[in-house]
Amino acid sequence: MPDNGHKLVIKSVSKTFQTKKARVTALQETTFDVREGEFVTILGPSGCGKSTILRVVAGLVEPSSGQVLLDGREIKSPGADRGMVFQSYTLFPWLTVQKNIEFGLELKNVDKRARAEIAQHYLKLIGLSGFENVYPVNLSGGMKQRVAIARALANEPEILLMDEPFGALDAQTRTIMQELLLSIWEETKKTIMFVTHDVEEAIFLGDTIYIMTARPGRIKEKIRVGLPRPRDYAVKDAPEFLEIKRRILELIREESIKAANAV
Amino acid sequence: MDGGLLNSKNMYKSWTDCLGAAHFALVFALWSALAYAGVVSNTFLPTPDQVLQTAYRMVVDPAGDNLLHHALISTLRVTVGFFISAVLAVPLGIFMGTLPKVRAFFEPMMGFIRYMPASAFIPLFILWIGLGEPEKVMVIFWGTFFQQALMVMDVTKNVAGELVEVSYTLGAKKLAVFSKIILPASLPGIIDTLRITFGWAWTYLIVAELVGASSGLGYVIIQAGRFLKTDVIFVGILVIGLLGMLTDLIFKLLYRVMFPWLTREGA
Repeated sequence: MPDNGHKLVIKSVSKTFQTKKARVTALQETTFDVREGEFVTILGPSGCGKSTILRVVAGLVEPSSGQVLLDGREIKSPGADRGMVFQSYTLFPWLTVQKNIEFGLELKNVDKRARAEIAQHYLKLIGLSGFENVYPVNLSGGMKQRVAIARALANEPEILLMDEPFGALDAQTRTIMQELLLSIWEETKKTIMFVTHDVEEAIFLGDTIYIMTARPGRIKEKIRVGLPRPRDYAVKDAPEFLEIKRRILELIREESIKAANAV
Repeated sequence: MDGGLLNSKNMYKSWTDCLGAAHFALVFALWSALAYAGVVSNTFLPTPDQVLQTAYRMVVDPAGDNLLHHALISTLRVTVGFFISAVLAVPLGIFMGTLPKVRAFFEPMMGFIRYMPASAFIPLFILWIGLGEPEKVMVIFWGTFFQQALMVMDVTKNVAGELVEVSYTLGAKKLAVFSKIILPASLPGIIDTLRITFGWAWTYLIVAELVGASSGLGYVIIQAGRFLKTDVIFVGILVIGLLGMLTDLIFKLLYRVMFPWLTREGA
């Protein structure tokens, strides 16, 4: 393993945008790393640059400074080794569920039978066997995001990047999706970076939480979540869970007071 | 899906269909009332049965003034002009929508020409290419092409950025993004653009046939106007309306067959 067993290394990455009026710092110099198979959640309010980190890792945004290394190689453009699931529904509406899942495999020229087998495997994993020939327009929001996860995983990426994937779902569906995601992660042992603004979601899913603050976006605190695995929804009532939640809310409060005084 | 919801949706649809039919009935009733009661003179407003009789006479007429003959010629002209325009405008519009440099080169000039009425070019076209069929086709082409290309450009330009981004993260390179994302995503919009601009092409056809033509529905209408044959004018206009509705229907059918993924099952 290159770089002391770190799967992903983010080295002094910053991002500034030039608008018509001013230079905006979306992300201050940020450094952290992700272990192989680790589930990292990034928690912060909107506009804190948490999505920017993910987009830099995906190669969709070029950092203003610093670099990102995946397995020791510098990331310069998007690629199939970093799968991404967006908050908005991004299934290709003209393709059936199966064709959506096969999209990346088709680009890699995987032959038809192998493609279908892989698609079947992931359909089963997300609990949507039998939906092969359905078009996305006929799926609920939760189903669409499950297929989007399957599509990203079918490509066998080194890391899965998730940008508030359950943000548009109702509370009940979101809870179910969180448990489903954890069971998928237990089975595939993928390295996952998951961005959210939901405190409970960040604790429930993550091994490590990075808490970000806004304007300018930077990482304020790193919290290790020692909760035993596999986890189910009952863990949300455990004293340790509540203790972490209390600590995070305290941090967020401090930050909002600071922001309010600054104005 | 919820059956009750679907049923109410279907009922709603049949209701809106009824409203559309009611509008036709209302206009027809108003026309009949004005014409039969003699409120408006026959010279200006023929009665419905007069128009029907004239239409029948023109269809069975074996001589040069046969209605079907004129309708066929007009349809041919409009189809050829529209086809040539579409074959050039669709690819150009797609490239303008996806490649900023191509857009920067073509858009200003096309935006400029778009505002010049195609009919104003007719004297020039007659001078340059004469009075034959190419001139008629040219008028239709000129009236359709620029709008078409700009509309296709907009459709292509507006393909959701997230679809493009997610395809990049699935390993797509530029060419695959173009052929596997931008093309299929903009195809429904392109077909819709063709449907709308085909209607406009009919307008330019009539303009083309008003000047220096000896056949076609536009010619029939302008001749009838000279001899105060209002019933013939009515027949000509109604036939154009029917042909337009027919092509619209064909495009809508094509749309449904080509893009089953746009409609929810059972809806």
